[in-house]
Amino acid sequence: MSDITKLSLNELIQNIRNKKLSSTEITNSFIERSEKSKKLNTYVTDNFSSALEAAKIFDEKPNMDLKLPGIPIAVKDLFCTNGVRTTAGSNILNNFIPPYESTVTQSMWDEGAILLGKLNCDEFAMGSSNETSFFGNVQNPIGENLVPGGSSGGSSAALAANLTPVTIGTDTGGSIRQPASFTGTVGLKPTYGSCSRYGIVAFASSLDQAGPMSQNVKDAALLLEVISKFDNKDSTSIVFKRNKYSSELTNNIKGLKIGIPNEYRVEGMPKEIEDLWKKGIEIIKDCGAEIVDISLPTTKYALPTYYIVAPAEASSNLARYDGVKYGFRSEGENLIDMYEKTRSEGFGEEVKRRILIGTYVLSSGYYDAYYLKAQKVRQLIKKDFDNVYNNVDAILTPSTPSSAFKIGEKTDDPVSMYLNDIFTVPVNLAGLPGISIPAGIDNKGFPLGLQIIGKPFDEQTILNIAYSMEEKINFKNNITDWWM
Amino acid sequence: MAETNQFFIEREQNKYEVVIGLEVHAQVTSASKLFSSSSTKFGAEPNTQVSFVDAAFPGMLPVINEFCVKQAIKTGIGLKAKINKKSIFDRKNYFYADLPQGYQISQYKYPIIGEGKVILDMADGQKEIGIERLHLEQDAGKSIHDIDPTNTFVDLNRSGVALMEIVSKPDLRSPDEVNAYIKKLRSIMRYLGTCDGNMQEGSLRADVNVSVRRQGDDNFGTRCEIKNVNSIKFMQMAIIYEANRQVDLIEEGKSIDQETRLFDTKKNETRSMRSKEDAHDYRYFPDPDLLPLEISDEFISQIKDEIPELPDEKKKRFIDKFNLSSYEANILVSDIDTSKYFEEVIKNSDVKLATNWITGELFAVLNEKNLEISESPVSSNNLSKLINLIKDGTISGKIAKTIFEEMIDGDKDPQTIVDQKGLKQESDPKALEELINKVIKNNTSKVEEYKSGKEKLFGFFVGQVMKESKGKGNPQLINKILKDKLNG
Repeated sequence: MSDITKLSLNELIQNIRNKKLSSTEITNSFIERSEKSKKLNTYVTDNFSSALEAAKIFDEKPNMDLKLPGIPIAVKDLFCTNGVRTTAGSNILNNFIPPYESTVTQSMWDEGAILLGKLNCDEFAMGSSNETSFFGNVQNPIGENLVPGGSSGGSSAALAANLTPVTIGTDTGGSIRQPASFTGTVGLKPTYGSCSRYGIVAFASSLDQAGPMSQNVKDAALLLEVISKFDNKDSTSIVFKRNKYSSELTNNIKGLKIGIPNEYRVEGMPKEIEDLWKKGIEIIKDCGAEIVDISLPTTKYALPTYYIVAPAEASSNLARYDGVKYGFRSEGENLIDMYEKTRSEGFGEEVKRRILIGTYVLSSGYYDAYYLKAQKVRQLIKKDFDNVYNNVDAILTPSTPSSAFKIGEKTDDPVSMYLNDIFTVPVNLAGLPGISIPAGIDNKGFPLGLQIIGKPFDEQTILNIAYSMEEKINFKNNITDWWM
Repeated sequence: MAETNQFFIEREQNKYEVVIGLEVHAQVTSASKLFSSSSTKFGAEPNTQVSFVDAAFPGMLPVINEFCVKQAIKTGIGLKAKINKKSIFDRKNYFYADLPQGYQISQYKYPIIGEGKVILDMADGQKEIGIERLHLEQDAGKSIHDIDPTNTFVDLNRSGVALMEIVSKPDLRSPDEVNAYIKKLRSIMRYLGTCDGNMQEGSLRADVNVSVRRQGDDNFGTRCEIKNVNSIKFMQMAIIYEANRQVDLIEEGKSIDQETRLFDTKKNETRSMRSKEDAHDYRYFPDPDLLPLEISDEFISQIKDEIPELPDEKKKRFIDKFNLSSYEANILVSDIDTSKYFEEVIKNSDVKLATNWITGELFAVLNEKNLEISESPVSSNNLSKLINLIKDGTISGKIAKTIFEEMIDGDKDPQTIVDQKGLKQESDPKALEELINKVIKNNTSKVEEYKSGKEKLFGFFVGQVMKESKGKGNPQLINKILKDKLNG
C-alpha cells in the first residue's frame, strides 16, 4: 500500500483489523512522512522511536477489540504526557517532563493508540495563528507562508499534511474549529464538561475543552467516543448519557430545524463567506432539514466578554509558572527578582499581554466593572442560546470570517487577530458543542469552514448534520506537498 | 477577692476600652488534604506528603474532599451557626515561594458557614461572642529561612491542608476573654472531632484585630491586625502591648494607622508589617476549576445526627442530673477527655466522690507529671473501684490516698493493693471494742481527765485507737463506740 498516510482513521483501523496493515507499517509511514515534513514545524517533540517500539509490541499481540488498535496519533503539546516533554509552546515549560498523563490522552492509549509526538501550538494556547509559539510558527500545508490557524495550529497542519491520521486539540475560543477551517479539516469542540481537563495545561479553565480533529466526520465521531468520559479528577466533568457517536452516526437529518442567526452577518464580512453560508443553507435544505431564522442578540458582546473572562482566568492559572518548582528559571538577586526575570524571559509577548489584561480586570476597583459584568453578559449569551434551542435543533454559521492569512500579516495587530474568533467564541462562553467542517474554498483556493453549533450534550446531532453535509459537499483538500 | 471581667487601660485623664476580634485558623482534622489525597500527618520528612495537585503541576485540578466539608458543617453546627447551602470557592492571588499555585483557594463572598455564637463562662457570668463566619481554605507550604544563609527552603507538606477560618465579631474586650474564647472554641471542636486544637503543631493559630476607644464611646477605633499568633499567652501579650501602643498614640494626639503588624515574641512587642496602602490586592475571583459547593438538607441532617453532646449541654446536664456546681461542671466539661473520663468513672461509682477525686487527687498528679487526662496513669475503671471501696466502707478516705499513690505506678487495681497490704478497714464493732478497751485500760489517768471535763482529749483516744488498728479502723465506728464507752 503506497499511500498509507492518506487513509482516514476508520480506513486504517479496518486495514489493521483485516491484517492488511500492521501497526508498525502504519507508524513507520507516518514517521517517514513526518521526517520529510520538518519544514512545516508541526512537531515540538517527537516520540518516534518509542512509537515504533509500541507498534511492535502491539503487532506481537494485537487486540483488535480496541477502538484505536495500534493507531499512531500525534497530539497538541498542551496535553501532559507521562515521560514525554510537554511545553504548551512556551519557553517557561521547555524542559518540563510530566510524571503523569492527561485523562484524554490516557483514554486514547487505553484504546490502543500510540503517541507519535507532541504538536506545536500557540503559547499556552493563546493565539489564532500559531505564531506565538516559542518553538516558531507552523506552515499551513495548503500553501507556503500561510498560517495554519491557532492555537491548535501544529495539530491542524500535521493532520492536513497527513503526518498523523487524526489528532486532538483544545478549544478555548475557537482553537480547534478555526485551525480546522484554515486547513480544510474537521474539528469538534465538545460541550464543556464532556472531556476531562485533567492533565491539560490550563489556559482559561471555564472555557477550555479538548476535542478531536480529523479528515472526516466519521473519524471525529470515533475519536470523540474515545475521549468523552466522566472523570472524577476534574470537578467540572459532567455525568450525562454519552452516545456511541460513531455507531450512531447517521446522514438522516430529515425534519431537524437548523437556525441561522441574524447577528452573525458581521460588518465587513467577505462576500465569499456570505456565499459559503448560503451554500450551506441550501445543502441543509437538500438534506431534508428545515431552516429557521433566529436571533442571538447578545452575540456582539461575545468577543469583548471573552477577552475579559479568558485573560482573567489565565492570569491566575499562569501564576504557578514562577521558576520555583519546575520549568524554566532565571536566577535573580532575591525571590521577587527571580520571579520577574523568570516570567519576563519565560513568557512571550502575547501571554504577557493577556496576563496584564487579566490582572487588570481582576484588580480591586475594576472587578465589578469588568470581570463581574463580563460574567453577567456571559449568562445572557447562554440565555440567548437556551431561548433559540426551544425552536431549533442546531445552528449553522461560518467558522471564521476569513480563510488562512499570511504569516506575519496580523502579528502587529492583536485586535484584528482576536476578530478571527468572532464566530467561535460565543460557543465557548455558552459551553456548547460546535463542529467545523470544510465547506468550500475562497477565490485564492484556500479552504473555508462552516460551523454547526449544538445543544448542550447533543454532539450526536451536530455530528449527524456535519456527516450528511459532508457527503453533499464532497470537499477535497488540494495539498501539493510543496514543502518536500 | 471580687473577680471581675472588666479590663481597661487607664491614663491620667482617660480610661480606654480594648476591642478585639479574632480570625482563628483551625486545621481540619482529616486524613487527607482539602483538594488532594495527600496525607496531613504532622511531622513527616519535608516534601514527602505532596501530590502533583499540592505542588501545582501543569494541568492538575483540585477535587473537594467531602470529609472536610462535613467537618466544617459539624463545626458550624457546634457554633450554632447558619449553614449556607451554597458557597463558593475563590482564588486569592498572590506570589510566594511556598504558595505553589500562585493563589490560595479560599472562600470570600460566600462562606460555607454564616453567623453563629460562642458562650463564655467568665468569673462574673456568661458572655456571648458572635461568630461572623467560618470558611474553608487551603494552607500554604512552609518557607524555611534558617537552614542556609542565602537560600530559602520550601516544605510543601502543609500545602493544601484544610483550614477553617473562624472569624469572630469584635465582641471580645479583654485578654481574659480571648483566653476563654480560644479555649471554648477549641473545646467545641475537640468535642466534635473537627480540629485537634494543638497549638504547638500549628493546628490552631489566630490573627488578632485590636482597637481601642475611650470608655463609653460608641464608635470603634482604627484597628490593627496582628498576624499569625500561635499561643494564647502570646495573643494576650500582643493585645496588651498593642492596646497600650494605640492608647499612647491617642494620648499623644497622634492617629492610628490601619495596618498589619507582627508580634515579636522575644521582644514582646508588635511591629508594622505592611500599611493599608501596601495591602495586597488579592484579585479574588471564583475558582473556575470548582463548581459552587451545594449542600443538601439530607447531608446536613445526617451530620446533625452525628453531633455529640457539646460542652454547654453537657454542663447543663451535669448540673441538673448530678447536682454539681457550675464551677465543678465547667472543670469537668471543658475538655472532652476529662468529661469522658468522668462519665466512665461515675458509671459505677458515686458522683460526688468522683468529682472530688478527679478534680483533686487526679488533676494534681496530672499537673505534677505534665500529662493529659488521656494519658492518665490511673484508668477510669480503677479510680471507680477505689471510690467504691471508700463508699462501701472497705477503706477510709485517708487509706484511699495511700492506695492511690500506689495505683499511679502501673495503674494497679486498688482491690489488689488492699488485699496484698491488708489495708481493709476494720469495721467489726467487736474487734474495735477490744482495741478501745485496751486503750482505755492503758490510759486510765487520761480517762479520768476526760471524764472530769477535758473533752479535748477525745481526739487523743481516737488517735490511739487508730494507731492500735494500724490506721485501718473505721473512723465513724471508732468515734461512736469510744463515745459510748467514755461517756457510759
